[in-house]
Amino acid sequence: MLKIDGITRRFGDVTALDDVTLEIEQGEFFALLGPSGCGKTTLLRIIAGFETPDAGTVTLDGEDLLSKQPNRRPISLMFQSYALFPHMTVAKNVAYGLEQEKLPRAEIKQRVGEVLETVGLSELAGRKPHQLSGGQRQRVALARSIVKRPRLLLLDEPLSALDKKVRADMQLELKRLQNEVGITFVVVTHDQEEAMSLADRIAVFDRGRVCQVDEPVALYDRPRSRFVADFVGANNLFEGTAGAKDELETEDFGVLPGTPAEDVKQGDKALLAVRPEKIGLSQVSEDSETTEAAEGAEGTESSEVTGETGLKGTVVDVSFYGGVSHISVDVPGRPRHVLVAVQGASEVKPGAEVRLAWQAEEAVIIPVDQ
Amino acid sequence: MFLYAPIVVLVVMSFNSGRSAYTFEGFSLEWYGELAGDERVMGGLVNTLIVAGGSTVIATVLGTMLAVGLARHSRSKVLDALAFMPAVLPDLVLAIGLLLFYGLIQLTLGLYSAVLAHALFSMAFVAAVVRTRLSGADSSLEEASRDLGAGPVTTFMRITLPQLAPGVIAGALLAFTLSLDEFVIAYFTIGNTEQTLPIVIYSMIRFGVTPKINALAAILLLVSFTAVIAGQRLTKIGERVPRAQD
Repeated sequence: MLKIDGITRRFGDVTALDDVTLEIEQGEFFALLGPSGCGKTTLLRIIAGFETPDAGTVTLDGEDLLSKQPNRRPISLMFQSYALFPHMTVAKNVAYGLEQEKLPRAEIKQRVGEVLETVGLSELAGRKPHQLSGGQRQRVALARSIVKRPRLLLLDEPLSALDKKVRADMQLELKRLQNEVGITFVVVTHDQEEAMSLADRIAVFDRGRVCQVDEPVALYDRPRSRFVADFVGANNLFEGTAGAKDELETEDFGVLPGTPAEDVKQGDKALLAVRPEKIGLSQVSEDSETTEAAEGAEGTESSEVTGETGLKGTVVDVSFYGGVSHISVDVPGRPRHVLVAVQGASEVKPGAEVRLAWQAEEAVIIPVDQ
Repeated sequence: MFLYAPIVVLVVMSFNSGRSAYTFEGFSLEWYGELAGDERVMGGLVNTLIVAGGSTVIATVLGTMLAVGLARHSRSKVLDALAFMPAVLPDLVLAIGLLLFYGLIQLTLGLYSAVLAHALFSMAFVAAVVRTRLSGADSSLEEASRDLGAGPVTTFMRITLPQLAPGVIAGALLAFTLSLDEFVIAYFTIGNTEQTLPIVIYSMIRFGVTPKINALAAILLLVSFTAVIAGQRLTKIGERVPRAQD
């Protein structure tokens, strides 16, 4: 539906977007994810028409978008600041877009009423934006964007200005709305959790380039580059050389099990990434080398994790988050602590000697950039 | 406080019943009455209002456009500085320059040439005031308007202008006050046939100060004060956005 082909945008000698190509399907909830300054907002502004690319094309259903003024594009943008008109009431704000289409007054009134109903703001139609709470303002902005029934709705960091509890509500609300109105959503965010929970597909941006486009689960389980592995969720990374099969040879930690990505060949420099919740942790008693207690993700409590296969380390810190506990383990030879996540409260205490292990299918071996 | 003493004296003496501008002899409004009967003064007052009113309208429209243009479509620092130049240029330089320019294009001097001259220098003040307001305004509002299907003209009329209104009004009142008591530029550019109030006062002073002049000055003072206070009020109203109740 929306085709972005070879888009490049430079500001002076900074390249904000470098040959970006993406395709977004009809009805999709698509997320552009990346740290601030990665170019994702620039891309959004190019699609909306407030920025002109130096090269490349953008087409909507085969029709060129770049030659059209922003007010002639069948696209709505919801601004990060919401950009509600402060001198107009909620109803006037929502009606503004329809008035531009020169629709009959009765139809405008009806459609404004309907959309305010959808976002649950019917009672506040007569208020001015400064009389609303953050969450309500966002609903107004959303109502104002969808009332025009755009082909595509762009959302710039839609939830960043809300506090945590309202954010969770709005996340559900956004998903519900998208289902209900059937408009294609493209959301820009720097919050990977937000992207994962909202989107059908995610494009990860780094320094103006698209690193990976995938569904949330695939992105989490099979990152294809160091940046994605590190940026999306917590990860433990080990450097080394890809081994014969399902393993990574490292200088400091010996051979570690992992599943190589398709483009990794034996002998390549590679990186092993293993998620904190995939690591099995077993306490080593001080007198003997036998396992005392095993905790961790299912499947890792088998005999495989015991013995000489695991990494040895010392527990530095245990943080309890309610549903999960994070355990930082200092493994000699690693500057960064290995992070392990276990369900519920953990019985391990700081200072305990532990062994860490995981199975080959729980970790991925990815090529090192360049 | 010391600075305001002469002004207080001026106002008090305007109610003097005697002929002297220096010794107070008793309360009376006769000088105000005499002012109303003086054709030269009344003619000057009308001219002053024409010049101030006309130049304010021109300066407000052009100054606002200048401020918006500079803020939204230009990144040139030089252009910025040039736009505010008439505000800082010595009046005398501006007056001589304008006189020479009018001579060059062979314009007969009169009220309208004074209107244009005042419009030129007040425009810089209007632009400065509007510009301050504009820098605090959110340009995403205009983008939102474009995004919702409004063209550039509709966006300006329905979104930009309402945002700027307090600044525009404050700028207009400033322009009006400045023009009201401006002497140098008016004197140079108005020609021989017409006179504004400050010029009338100046020529009256040459024959000695009477309480009549005091009365005239007091009236000018009142008008200027009213305009300034109204301007400040309006700017404040625009800035006072009540806090959201979150």
